[in-house]
Amino acid sequence: MIGEAGSGHPGGSLSAVEIVTDLYFRVLRHKPLDPCWPERDRFILSKGHAAPLLYAALAECGYFPVEELLTLRKLESRLQGHTDCRLIPGVEMTAGALGQGLSFAVGVALAGRLDSMDYRVYVLLGDGECDEGQVWEAAMAAAHFKVDNLVAIVDNNGLQLDGWNRDIMNLAPFAEKWRAFGWHTVSVDGHDLARLDAAFEQVRSVKGQPSVIIARTVKGKGVSFMENQVDFHGKAPNAAEVAMALKELE
Amino acid sequence: MSEIVSLRETYGKTLAELGRENPDIVVLDADLSKSTMTHFFASEFPGRFFDCGIAEQNMVGIAAGLAASGKTPFASTFAVFVPGRCFDQVRMSVAQPGFNVKLVVTHGGISVGEDGTSHQSIEDLALIGALPGFTVIVPADAVETDRAVRAAASCCGPFYIRLGRPKLPLVFGEDYHFRLGKAATMKPGQDVTIIAIGIMVSAALEAAEKLGHQGIDCRVLNMSTLKPIDEEAIIKAARETGAIVTAEEHLEHGGLGSEVAQVTAKHQPVPLEFVAIKDTYARSGKDGELLKKYGLTADGIEAAVRSVMARKK
Ligand SMILES: Cc1ncc(C[n+]2csc(CCOP(=O)(O)OP(=O)(O)O)c2C)c(N)n1
Ligand SMILES: [Mg+2]
Repeated sequence: MIGEAGSGHPGGSLSAVEIVTDLYFRVLRHKPLDPCWPERDRFILSKGHAAPLLYAALAECGYFPVEELLTLRKLESRLQGHTDCRLIPGVEMTAGALGQGLSFAVGVALAGRLDSMDYRVYVLLGDGECDEGQVWEAAMAAAHFKVDNLVAIVDNNGLQLDGWNRDIMNLAPFAEKWRAFGWHTVSVDGHDLARLDAAFEQVRSVKGQPSVIIARTVKGKGVSFMENQVDFHGKAPNAAEVAMALKELE
Repeated sequence: MSEIVSLRETYGKTLAELGRENPDIVVLDADLSKSTMTHFFASEFPGRFFDCGIAEQNMVGIAAGLAASGKTPFASTFAVFVPGRCFDQVRMSVAQPGFNVKLVVTHGGISVGEDGTSHQSIEDLALIGALPGFTVIVPADAVETDRAVRAAASCCGPFYIRLGRPKLPLVFGEDYHFRLGKAATMKPGQDVTIIAIGIMVSAALEAAEKLGHQGIDCRVLNMSTLKPIDEEAIIKAARETGAIVTAEEHLEHGGLGSEVAQVTAKHQPVPLEFVAIKDTYARSGKDGELLKKYGLTADGIEAAVRSVMARKK
């Protein structure tokens, strides 16, 4: 998709493949043919640059035809460079400016509680995204309002746009920060489906506080020449690289 | 002199009334509920009120999430903080998806007074007015505040309603029929039109009366819906009176004056004068003193009318 589009963000899409796959195929209660089903669990992609990953998951689930994926980023396509919730069934939030998804998710979780609905709200953040102050405003509010139908997942690939988190803006001690903000905090290997599954299951029973799953991942996972390469944060592979990548991913 | 009534207090009470009528109305504030008067709603519906603390970006994001889930959130703070503190959140989390979020802000303009420059919102209408899909309302008095808040609650889509801190004289009776997107003719007139919003509407009426005694027949329009603006009323005023003065408690750039200039430039060019703050920040002082210092008074409007009349062919 990204190769065809000629631009996009492969690294941060690949690092969250298992997270999103597990959510859409095992965790979420959803009906692809009824995307506005009021009782659906919500998945909110806060790191909107991983739009290709969300589009792929939605298409595989049947929200829209898989063939449409190759229209990514093209004029008149519904598949915008960053997610636009007005255009594609199943996309809950417009994203692209980092740091806003967790607040939105808190609002969706509060609405569920007000309406006595039992849906759960999942929101995927980047680790670099956690530089944004708004993330911590929202973290504080989620704990304060005791929203326990909310699960944040951080794609902890260690990289952001300019380099490693620890060099750009150190997040450590990361899990401790979430704990100190009042969150039930779990760390897992973000490429291990069974462990992710277990983590999602475990946080289901948490009451009175929100949960965060810090998923340790590798940016560009699955494509040897992209793994841990900061250059593949926001650069599309060329035709030869696409061919190589697809072969490796098979 | 007509009765002087607080717009904020009216907002708070109307909100509580709406809360009784509509269970989907929820209210958010950012540690200013005693000033924005959302406390009336909070004390009656504590389960539907969310004080987000001093975190406006988060407040706007939560409001967006609530709106996306079928609620009608009203989020309030001072006009300097929304949009000033969270423009990108208003833009991406509210305007771009077109969510049904109602931003009702208080302490707009310089009439906030002694708190000074940091608390005086004189750019907010330019910022919010730039966002596609937003409806922007600046009520002229308490009656119109009530009507505007009700209109916002019953229409879908993002709204920005800007109120001031001081109590204002009533310019409307209880029988006022507010029409969203339509200018209200406060006074008919043939020689020149004064188009005003908010606190400047009563000043415009005062100026019109004085000028009337001197043989200048002013039309006064209250353009409370700044966006979408009533182009028809502006074009008609330009055609019929041949000169327009705008009056607003905002920078000259990007508010009512700019809008009127754009509409007349395109459809019916006429001489214009702008009563507004001229590319500067104000300072501390009593509201009346500040309005006087920056020319946002009946006298200021009168002088502008004279100069626009002199340019009229
Ligand atoms: C508010 C904001 N600032 C800057 C950017 C530009 N930007 C896009 S992605 C990115 C790095 C994100 O890093 P991270 O959250 O760790 O994402 P991942 O590593 O999962 O791709 C930046 C700075 C943005 N989209 N939003
Ligand atoms: Mg990262």
